[in-house]
Amino acid sequence: MSDESMSIFSPRLAARLDALAARYPVRRSALIPMLLYAQDEIGYLSDAVVNEVAARIGITELEVRNVASYYSMLRFKPVGKYHVQVCASISCMLRGADELYRQFQKELGIGPEGVTADGLFSLERVECLGECCWAPAIAVNYDFQEELTPSSVPDILANYRGLALTEGLEPHA
Amino acid sequence: MPRLVSHPDEVKIVSRRFGQGAAQIDRYLELGGYAAVRKCLTQEPEWIISEIKASNLRGRGGAGFPTGLKWSFVPKQSAKPKYVLVNGDESEPGTCKDHLIFQHDPHAVIEGAIIAGLAIGAKLGFIYLRGEYRGLLEIMEKAVAEAYAKGFLGTHIFGTNTEFQIITHTGAGAYEVGEESALMESLEGKRGVPRIKPPFPAVVGLYGGPTVINNAETIATVPHVIEMGAAAYAAVGSPRNGGTRLFSISGHVERPGVYELPMGYNLKKMIETVAGGVRGGRALKAVVPGGCSTPVLLPEEIDIGMDFDQVGKAGSMLGSAAVIVIDDQTCMVEFALRTISFYQHESCGWCIPCREGTDWLKKTLTRFHAGYGTAKDIDNIQYLAENMMGRTFCPLGDAAAMPTLAFIKKFRKEFEEHLDGKACPFAKSADLVVV
Repeated sequence: MSDESMSIFSPRLAARLDALAARYPVRRSALIPMLLYAQDEIGYLSDAVVNEVAARIGITELEVRNVASYYSMLRFKPVGKYHVQVCASISCMLRGADELYRQFQKELGIGPEGVTADGLFSLERVECLGECCWAPAIAVNYDFQEELTPSSVPDILANYRGLALTEGLEPHA
Repeated sequence: MPRLVSHPDEVKIVSRRFGQGAAQIDRYLELGGYAAVRKCLTQEPEWIISEIKASNLRGRGGAGFPTGLKWSFVPKQSAKPKYVLVNGDESEPGTCKDHLIFQHDPHAVIEGAIIAGLAIGAKLGFIYLRGEYRGLLEIMEKAVAEAYAKGFLGTHIFGTNTEFQIITHTGAGAYEVGEESALMESLEGKRGVPRIKPPFPAVVGLYGGPTVINNAETIATVPHVIEMGAAAYAAVGSPRNGGTRLFSISGHVERPGVYELPMGYNLKKMIETVAGGVRGGRALKAVVPGGCSTPVLLPEEIDIGMDFDQVGKAGSMLGSAAVIVIDDQTCMVEFALRTISFYQHESCGWCIPCREGTDWLKKTLTRFHAGYGTAKDIDNIQYLAENMMGRTFCPLGDAAAMPTLAFIKKFRKEFEEHLDGKACPFAKSADLVVV
């Protein structure tokens, strides 16, 4: 799919997906990265995303859904602009992950997999992030933050609220 | 950014370029990088394999299989292309060493992959990183682009007639994909479900071609083995366990971190000296020696050398060398529940003993920890775990069952203290959060 006008993605992403499809010995190997990069831009795997990725790979939408449903990072419904993932695994648990998670719940007023009313934040408890020696850790979208305490939470949230404000003021590229 | 730590007992081989800016290719070259692969280009593949064999390098992913032997299983002649696969799906709770390799020394992974390719006669390698490591993938991608620009990757690497290409690849969240055959399925764009073995990947792997798949730490170690020489590298470790290991020490210690220590280093000393002992001067209750799938050890069991053989003799496993330290304020029932919750979440569902076993174990332990356990539950947990062992395509079922059996065996009294509606003796607050 090189005709960009047919794509629901930005020209930049469409070009990236074109390159992905061409780089592997077998085209289908591009499926999982394609879904993840598409999700990064659109926010989730909407019907339109599934449809376009299926066409790009040359498999059915059912096959795409069958694969996507296996991977915990791929999702079929939207999350907040900043998706806060609090590690729940043992090394983080030993160093206060539960208390950290409760503080996020309290400050955001949302439960597991909830989204704030302004759409800015969502919250999820996830399994091991590979940050065990710097516990407890979180990932906000793809950004790791380590060695946190419940008292770190207000600053983290304020930081992202500020970022959203700055981004909101910038004209769209 | 993850903090780097240091201790005088460390022998820095794999981590020697950490914190030195070696993610930049020019700095990596300044620090002696890409010398090992140049040396290998002047040698026969058999020489490379014999060096790796003689170094006693064993797989750093967890199983500890001798790397040189694994490479030697790849047939010389093959109708289908051969591949090198670097496993960077680091997901075993407690383990965060590959994280530092990708961050600080991505060119060591590239160099190691090229050497593996020369050894088995592959022209294409893949570096697979877990999806959560996006920032690290970008570092890796930049390093690969630099290596192409210098002519270290491509159709004529280092000006020779040898071809080697590398493709970086992101996963999208799955522990199971760290299992070698599941990783190949995932890389082929499918659900990460394991394949039945045999055939082993060395014969039928990625796209049906002979494939060498190694953990990222193993691959990053390879150039150092070539540089130091096999004998010198082997001499650093203990018998049949060459070199060093990146130990991820986490949990209730004063100075958690990733420390590079010789194979066979004493576990007790590692906790008490290197990591500064149990946090806050508390008493030690238990140690998980090699990632959360390895059976727990009691304080009286930790005066052992940390290599594959000695930890095995002590009834556990060195695994991914992730040492998780637990103090006396920790509820082992909750610890067992959190461990099994992980495996229940990550079981791919293909093999029934694992899918159903992890689910029932989680359900039983959740009820048990909430104070609704019955005496029969303890035996049931054991029965369930015993019946998962060895009955699945891949080791995930065993990985869930083994620690569970050890928790019941070594902390049965603590399980009994939760019976008859009694509240958890360690409860910090009324509600337990379960994923």
